Amino acid sequence: MAGAALPGGLSERLAWRVARLVAVRSETDTARTLVLEAPGWPGHLAGQRVDLRLTAADGYSTRRSYSLAAPADGDRLELTVQRVPGGEVSPYLTEIYSVGDPVELRGPIGGWFVWRPTDTAPVLLVAGGSGLVPLMAMVRARRAAGSRSPFRLVCSVRTPSDLYYAAELRAGASRDPGLDVTIAYTRAVPEHWTSPPRRLRAEDLVAAGWPPEFEPTCYVCGPTGFVEAVADALVEIGHASERIRTERFGPSGSSAGTGPSKV
Amino acid sequence: MGIVSPGFQGRPRSAGAVLPPGQYIAEDFPVLSAGPTPRVEQAAWEFTITTETGVEHRWDWPAFLRLPSQSPTVDIHCVTQWTKLGTTWEGVSLDTLLGGVETAAEYALVHSYGGYTTNLPLADLLDGQAWVVHRYDGAPLAPEHGGPARLLVPHLYFWKSAKWVRGIRLLDRDEQGFWELAGYHDRGDPWLEQRYQGD
Repeated sequence: MAGAALPGGLSERLAWRVARLVAVRSETDTARTLVLEAPGWPGHLAGQRVDLRLTAADGYSTRRSYSLAAPADGDRLELTVQRVPGGEVSPYLTEIYSVGDPVELRGPIGGWFVWRPTDTAPVLLVAGGSGLVPLMAMVRARRAAGSRSPFRLVCSVRTPSDLYYAAELRAGASRDPGLDVTIAYTRAVPEHWTSPPRRLRAEDLVAAGWPPEFEPTCYVCGPTGFVEAVADALVEIGHASERIRTERFGPSGSSAGTGPSKV
Repeated sequence: MGIVSPGFQGRPRSAGAVLPPGQYIAEDFPVLSAGPTPRVEQAAWEFTITTETGVEHRWDWPAFLRLPSQSPTVDIHCVTQWTKLGTTWEGVSLDTLLGGVETAAEYALVHSYGGYTTNLPLADLLDGQAWVVHRYDGAPLAPEHGGPARLLVPHLYFWKSAKWVRGIRLLDRDEQGFWELAGYHDRGDPWLEQRYQGD
């Protein structure tokens, strides 16, 4: 059941707590990972999100949801934020928000788009752009738990310089035995690459994914159009709808956060 | 007031539209759902209301289209904090669909093609507050927005407005749906910020 065995009691997950930025890692020219310290954090599952609440000096406040990028390390959480030009929150979080600054945070949120280390089914992860964030949390949770579940990750990005966590992903099987990583490019390919850039197709998911009869759990995260196309393609090549879990985020001024899968 | 984030300005505050707390205006229409989009043929489509005593009221597509139609223009509010103002739909009021139904139920559990469910108090479906809609913005409702038909309950967070709706079960006791089992609110009033259970 979706709501079962989530870390933290309800009141604990709904309470706003003050976290502070303790470190920053640049992922690309326009994205950075924020390492936050949230005292008393109850822990979370890979794929879950947090709500951030930002408040201006005049009392105006706004919230956004962001996917957690890694398993919890004690009270430390990691989010990766993509700067969206003209966005209300993501330019602040990627350019102004500094080490030592507070932010209000609550969570973890979401009990459906999650992977648990006790899950043994093969897993297919399909990421579009910054949709990689919650899927990377699953890869990292698998590593942290020493899980032997076979994982395949297909990641579609515009250009080679848009790939988050690039060194970690390129380390591939030497770091994560049983994890296959396929990177696809839609705008520009790496040097010496022989095929032109293009969008993912059903045949790519056949080649880089699992046969439907292996009954993998498929997690798809990215912009709306990407998720719509990939989920349809997975159904078309024979994967059962109930084994395809999606998380979509629209372009609607919503910052880079991956919102709850709703509506 | 919350803890101030140093240097955070936020978007310019306007005296324009009044929004529920925590919402901002979206110009486009984000698509969010938990899995692949079910493809439902109109010829195979049915909508069923089942009472607490098991009586079924059923409409196929032609029968549904013969019912009196309304064109509400409403604001919609998603729990992911976007609000879209002035959306125009066409469909059948739940007052019409429930008009001939004998029930003393207080709750409704909405079912969709694809398996989605959501629960809400029956009172929120009555008195001109809810519709089963099949057109959006003058055109047939696209599959990714819930076509052939979706529920529209604009005064509640939009996850209550189930896409690909296929029926409603009327219940004496509240029974939780998909997101509600995962911790989201049983009613979901955006003006009260009822996002999660306990809010």
